Amino acid sequence: MQNMNLYSRGDRLFVRVNMVLIGLFTLSTLYPFIYIAAVSFSSGFAARAGLVVLSPVEVTLAAYGRVLSEPQFWNSYGNTFIYTIGGTLTSLVIIIPGAYALSRPQLLGRRFWNLMVAFTMWFHAGMIPFWLNIRDLGLLDSYFGIIIAFACNAFNIILLRNFFESIPSSFEEAARMDGANEFQVLWKVFVPLSKPAIATITLFCVVSRWNGFFWAMVLLNDEGKIPLQVYLRQTIATLSDDEEFSSTLIDAPYSVETVTAAIIVCSIIPVLCFYPFAQKYFNKGILLGGVKE
Amino acid sequence: MTDLPASSAGSANSAGEQADGASARPMQERLVWLADHFKREWQIYVMLAPMIIWFLLFLYKPMYGLQIAFKDYSIFRGIVESPWVGLEHFETLFNNSQFLRAVKNTVIISALSLIFGFPVPIFLALMFNEILHALYRRTCQTIVYLPHFISTVIIAGIVITAFSPSAGIVNTIIGWIGIEPVYFLIKPEWFRPIFIGSGIWQEAGFSSIIFLAAIAGVNPSLYESAVVDGASRWQMMWKITIPSIMPTIIIMLIIRIGNLMEVGFELIILLYQPATYQTADVINTFIYRQGLQSGQYDLAAAAGLFNAVVAFVLVMAANSVSKRVSRTSLW
Repeated sequence: MQNMNLYSRGDRLFVRVNMVLIGLFTLSTLYPFIYIAAVSFSSGFAARAGLVVLSPVEVTLAAYGRVLSEPQFWNSYGNTFIYTIGGTLTSLVIIIPGAYALSRPQLLGRRFWNLMVAFTMWFHAGMIPFWLNIRDLGLLDSYFGIIIAFACNAFNIILLRNFFESIPSSFEEAARMDGANEFQVLWKVFVPLSKPAIATITLFCVVSRWNGFFWAMVLLNDEGKIPLQVYLRQTIATLSDDEEFSSTLIDAPYSVETVTAAIIVCSIIPVLCFYPFAQKYFNKGILLGGVKE
Repeated sequence: MTDLPASSAGSANSAGEQADGASARPMQERLVWLADHFKREWQIYVMLAPMIIWFLLFLYKPMYGLQIAFKDYSIFRGIVESPWVGLEHFETLFNNSQFLRAVKNTVIISALSLIFGFPVPIFLALMFNEILHALYRRTCQTIVYLPHFISTVIIAGIVITAFSPSAGIVNTIIGWIGIEPVYFLIKPEWFRPIFIGSGIWQEAGFSSIIFLAAIAGVNPSLYESAVVDGASRWQMMWKITIPSIMPTIIIMLIIRIGNLMEVGFELIILLYQPATYQTADVINTFIYRQGLQSGQYDLAAAAGLFNAVVAFVLVMAANSVSKRVSRTSLW
């Protein structure tokens, strides 16, 4: 439909200008990544002197050497995997049956339960009562605390509930005839039919777990339990604050900037690997999320 | 809807006939019906329970704990035993210049993000829509969506590196045109532009998805008849596409206004310094410092309650406005 009206000169100009503008925006999105990658492979001296613009200057792997030889880096990397996988599975185990129950017409007090979930989207107690609650529950400084305390959120539950509600009841009738109970109906009928919605929620969980830093920073004191993002923050903070460290670096093959850049590259790589798979779903996810309350 | 069909039928029957046992029998019937219901349907309650327990334990229990905003909270006495002090903390807050500054900054940063950030995804969606080369379009989309998936800490790391006074690319570039290096991150006047700019960089691409979806939903016959009338693409964009997605734009705008109190404070915590507090400190960073760093839990909880109540009112207002808008302008 849209191809046929490319006739006039004005249209062609419009389309070209448009392509150039989008291209520029895309490049400006991409550039910071290129810059960081270039810095991470440059020598400390070149980075310090601001010589790196587009490609590495005085190529060296020294910064990576320093980052990868740090046991704490690997430890926090491992922790991030624990929080991401453990947290996502916990979320799914609670959210899928819960959303299914909320979608059942025979559930007593259905409106009340739904409102109870939705209300938390509009009002929350805030940072301090939440923190005190975690402390009082004895979940500070624990893997389990981080995993369980962020297991649910109203948005994901409502998204999945709406999806379950949109599945016609004719699908479950055959299973009911065969005497399937609710668990079997959920597992054999609803879950397979809801793959796009479940994939979307999984994506949201994985992304928020992988990237989560604030609560991990606030709830974990034990260095052995911190995830990668908290480690990255600490490294950036100590590296850039520490005058002494900076001055010892004059002869070193790496600098504050190159080490920071190297950690950033290392923590982006898994996201880049996951991204192509995720891409399939987030378009759908946003649209599923757009459906009414 | 389907709540208690049996009992309501039962009470309707018995109401007129027997005045004496009228209250006892429906009650009994109701209990029998309930017992039967739970016997048949216990499984969905088992499914529901973990989620409800989670909500009570992690979201509703803290709401109960909000009472410390009205108490002189001491760790040793606990939430319930601490003595009430009424509105003392709120009085303290509204006489505290730091808190008032944080409120002001929250509103200013939110409003500026809205003014500069809101139109960008709309422009992007309109422009993506005009790109006919599928591969080019897909490649650009893939790239501009990417920053959404990058963590705040990495964004902060990139900003700190890029704006570093000695080594950062920004100072290198302004050096080419002869400007002296600026230590951007300790200059209060630069904090907001940097914060809002990095927000746009991170989210504008991803936010365009919702508008692209709205554009995809425009009736194609509108374009077909416009082509017959000899309209240019530019005209079609202004006369068809933009009016058609106006409801989406208005609803997104209302939602954004409803979320005015939500500033991305995680990025602020990572980027601000005492030198930039005057333009950077928002309510949530104030709460974080007063509560979690200085241990003034009650005062910080009061600030949080103020924030939550204002946010709640805004969100509710936004919800009701958007319901009205979507009913009248989406058909």
